[in-house]
Amino acid sequence: MKPAAFAYNRAASVDHCLELLTQHGAEAKLLAGGQSLIPVLNMRLAAPAHLIDISRLSELSSIEITDSCVRVGAAVTHAELETDDSAHAALPILRQALVNVAHPAIRNRGTTVGSIAHADPNGEMPAILALTGGTAHAVSSSGSRQIDAAELFIGPLETCLETDELITHVDFNRFPPGTRTGFTELARRSGDYALAGVAMALTAEESTITGLRLSFVSVTDLPEVLDMSERVTGMELKATTDLCAAVTEAVEATIDPAGDIHATADYRRHITKVMARRLAVELSCRPPQPPSVGQPGR
Amino acid sequence: MTTRMFGQKIARKEDPRLVTGNGSYVDDLSSPHTLAAAFVRSPHAHAKILDIDVSGALDIDGVYAVWTHEDLPGAAGERLPMLLPHPSLLAPKTGYALAKDDVNHVGEPIAMVIAANRYIAEDAASAVHVDYEYLPAVVGVATSREAEHAVHADVADNIAAHSIDEVGAVDEAMAGAPHVLEIDLDIERSACMPMEGKGVLARWDRHEESMIVYSSTQTSTGLRAALAAKLEMPLTKMEVITPDVGGGFGVKINHPWPEEVCVAAAARALDREIAWTEDRREHFVSSAHERQQLQQVRIGFDDEGKIHALDVKFWHDNGAYLPYGVIPPLNTATHVLGPYVIRNYRCEWWSLYTNTVIVTPYRGAGRPQGVYMMERAMDAVADALGRDRTEVRETNFVREFPHPIGLVLQDGREGIYDSGDFPASMTKLKELIGWDDFAAYRAQAAAEGRRVGIGVACYVEGTGAGPYEGGHIEVETSGRVNVWTGLTTQGQAHATVFAQIVADELGVPIDRVNVVTGDTRKTPYSVGTWGSRGAVMSGNAVHLTAKKLKQKALTIAGRSLEVDPADLEIVDGIVQVKGDPSASIPLEVISVMSNPLRYAFDDAAKAATQFGMPSDESKPPMLPGDSPGLEERDFFSPQRTTFASGMHAAIVETDPETADITVLRYCVVHDCGKMINPLVVEGQVLGGVAQGIAGALYEKMAYDETGQLLNASFMDFLMPFATEIPHVETDHLETPSPLNPLGIKGAGEAGTIPGASVIASAIEDAEGFPITRMPISPSELWELREKHAAGHWPSLQHPARVPETDDARAEEKVTR
Repeated sequence: MKPAAFAYNRAASVDHCLELLTQHGAEAKLLAGGQSLIPVLNMRLAAPAHLIDISRLSELSSIEITDSCVRVGAAVTHAELETDDSAHAALPILRQALVNVAHPAIRNRGTTVGSIAHADPNGEMPAILALTGGTAHAVSSSGSRQIDAAELFIGPLETCLETDELITHVDFNRFPPGTRTGFTELARRSGDYALAGVAMALTAEESTITGLRLSFVSVTDLPEVLDMSERVTGMELKATTDLCAAVTEAVEATIDPAGDIHATADYRRHITKVMARRLAVELSCRPPQPPSVGQPGR
Repeated sequence: MTTRMFGQKIARKEDPRLVTGNGSYVDDLSSPHTLAAAFVRSPHAHAKILDIDVSGALDIDGVYAVWTHEDLPGAAGERLPMLLPHPSLLAPKTGYALAKDDVNHVGEPIAMVIAANRYIAEDAASAVHVDYEYLPAVVGVATSREAEHAVHADVADNIAAHSIDEVGAVDEAMAGAPHVLEIDLDIERSACMPMEGKGVLARWDRHEESMIVYSSTQTSTGLRAALAAKLEMPLTKMEVITPDVGGGFGVKINHPWPEEVCVAAAARALDREIAWTEDRREHFVSSAHERQQLQQVRIGFDDEGKIHALDVKFWHDNGAYLPYGVIPPLNTATHVLGPYVIRNYRCEWWSLYTNTVIVTPYRGAGRPQGVYMMERAMDAVADALGRDRTEVRETNFVREFPHPIGLVLQDGREGIYDSGDFPASMTKLKELIGWDDFAAYRAQAAAEGRRVGIGVACYVEGTGAGPYEGGHIEVETSGRVNVWTGLTTQGQAHATVFAQIVADELGVPIDRVNVVTGDTRKTPYSVGTWGSRGAVMSGNAVHLTAKKLKQKALTIAGRSLEVDPADLEIVDGIVQVKGDPSASIPLEVISVMSNPLRYAFDDAAKAATQFGMPSDESKPPMLPGDSPGLEERDFFSPQRTTFASGMHAAIVETDPETADITVLRYCVVHDCGKMINPLVVEGQVLGGVAQGIAGALYEKMAYDETGQLLNASFMDFLMPFATEIPHVETDHLETPSPLNPLGIKGAGEAGTIPGASVIASAIEDAEGFPITRMPISPSELWELREKHAAGHWPSLQHPARVPETDDARAEEKVTR
């Protein structure tokens, strides 16, 4: 459980980081919170020649709230984002999901952007980025680009990032007024990877549903979004039986869980449907989250 | 009069040091000059070793040696010892310190690398190349029992041991019983998982040709003797010290571990200090597991629930080797009967080889499986009769002591329950959990769409087995009291509880008493820490030693004060005439007087020199029969095992849809005789309950059919966190043991033993169908529900009555 030898490089700036990435490319791994990377190194499942530590870059440590999104820098820890009241007011799904990310000790070091770049389908935050239709901002020595969540994730633990690219920040897009969000998951132990998890955003005008989006943890290969807006628009909020039937049916058609030593595929499918249905009931009974316009970030 | 310490809730003396990070564990003892060992371990469950190429490893800078089996000198290259011979052993097999011709489980050590540090050692270990010829892996009890393939070529049926014990006349009694039930049960593998794994540091002294070995072992004397034998050294040249140890729970009682033999042998051969600290992945695949059994129970009973006959068979998975003999299955067989009078009992068992990690005792050591058979059967009897589960148990309780069970225990002596009060325990438990009010709670929960169940389980535990432990106490001239006892400490409160006992007897403040355990330099005669024996054995040993020492102190004081020692007492460390405190001598002065000196090295010593005090020239300076120093040794050897007992009850909630299982309440009534320190007993019980719940709901070694352990990390092996363990409510009963002077019984394993049984009982009650396989996960419970709904899994005959509207309301509640 000792890692193979590697060179430790502390990036002095984003530009320096990009230089190092250009220089070492595929031989290098970015180190932010290290909560996934360090165990992988210790178990010698990976042996990169270089680590590039970006955790102390102040350029990457801000949380900004705009009218349209919550922008989270690559060095922001889960705990910082979780406890940021402005971010919570602007986009409650962030805190709703973040409290389910591992344990406080891990959230104190692990970064939200790192978790997204890791692209683990068992991770909560990739699913949340997808649910919000968010984007990642990637830079390299040769330029920068914005990558939609739908394009970013291309497989389990796989993104479309190039080896010389760094995600500087991600934008979690805010939901329209009248939206209620919720997150629920079932894990064997508190803080474990979920057996299954569901994130949901239900939008209504008065008592009529106008939008419904879901994304999932651990039961899809990619952080897919199930957009049921077309299917449920026009339904009455109180007509929960119809809503539940629609949600259950759509979830069934969307997810494709695998079995493992903790739970069978059938069980995961079953509980995902139950959790999605319960969440739909809960959200349709809950008043909309208070609209909050752009507030200054930290 | 000094307050009596025995029975007081004294805070643990060792905690300030340990919780502030000032503990000193094996891994803390290395210096920059200490070399590190790492091991090449088999990635295959069963294979012949064709060739080992170490050249790549030897080429790495900083590598000092790479050893394979052929490098092990003399006895170190022979098979590891069979520690516990037993008549049931048919084909005992132990492994080698480094695999010789074949490997029999993933993780078995094949080669050892010694390098400047662990990083280099692991680099080099990964550069060792081994060629294998793969053999079919035998995984799981059922596969081993079929014996299509053998683990060891010369043990074709995979049977390591077999035993049949019968008390009474089972066949006749069964034939005459009004009702007979048959139950098949299954219980899975878990493991001790101490915070600190195994660890060893060997320091060779080439001038003295002697060795000091530091180990996290549970038996320093056992390891000392084993290493001296393996290294073919005089015993007197080998010493073993256990520093602070971060938990054991049984796994560290096996000895010597392969790594201990290898590291000690290499330290001598290289003339260097060498250390090895097990990492967590190694602990999963190369220490020990326990618990897996397949069980069959036949139980004959009458309309009152009185048991007429019990006939059980079980198949126990002992893994690839059994260096620790058959202790777990033997304990299973001898603990089935629990607190019940069962005159006709037969138990047949087989201990089977599999290509998996070895099986040695884990807290409870086979007893949880025995209790599981009995308690699952008790619930089945109650269900068959439609009677309350506690009533059926009470019907069968042992009420007279001593109660011989007619079975030979692990100490080679007959099991005889020495004391207890089972009806009183049950009464306390029912009050504690509110057994009689549960129907109302169930109805209320059902009205809210919630599903709850209550369970109960009872057990007895043979504790404090011999053969002996010793005490050695010395009062220094400073007044400091040193207490040594040979058994080892892994986090139990030995430094506190033994100090309490000694402080009482010697009449000294507890702060003056310093306890040291597990150091063979001071206590070469000892057995070890296992089987809930520490308090019983060493507690009584230091008690007897303190009495002896007190007598010596009073004798010396009596001579000086010219009074009969019988008229003296010790109060706050001062020997005084009873009723006349003016005639007194402090213990430290008696310590000075006890050791007539020639040389004065300090003021206290000066008083003991030839011109320091008046002397009676008619007598020699030391009287015949006296020994110098205010110190004594004594030993305690009990006639037989003393039986502790307890009863647990739990309330669980199972989600009607997701089958998620929550333990809402967990209650324990525990009887370990006289409690030295109720705070410590409470801690033992709570920790034990956590491991019991772990084995009921979370922990399982997940082997695939090729013998790969799929969850060899804390990410996938679900040791519960504090968040998973409910608040545990406890109550105690104290029925003193007549078998030792202090009247105490063991408490270390009690909390764990009925864990799987009580949780199974509660889930079964909530669900209305039998639970026969533990641990159980929500996924597994949901599958059982599906089977049950499809008519492929039976219902209980008398499931708990829940209001009719339960399911309908639950559905309504969740869909609203």
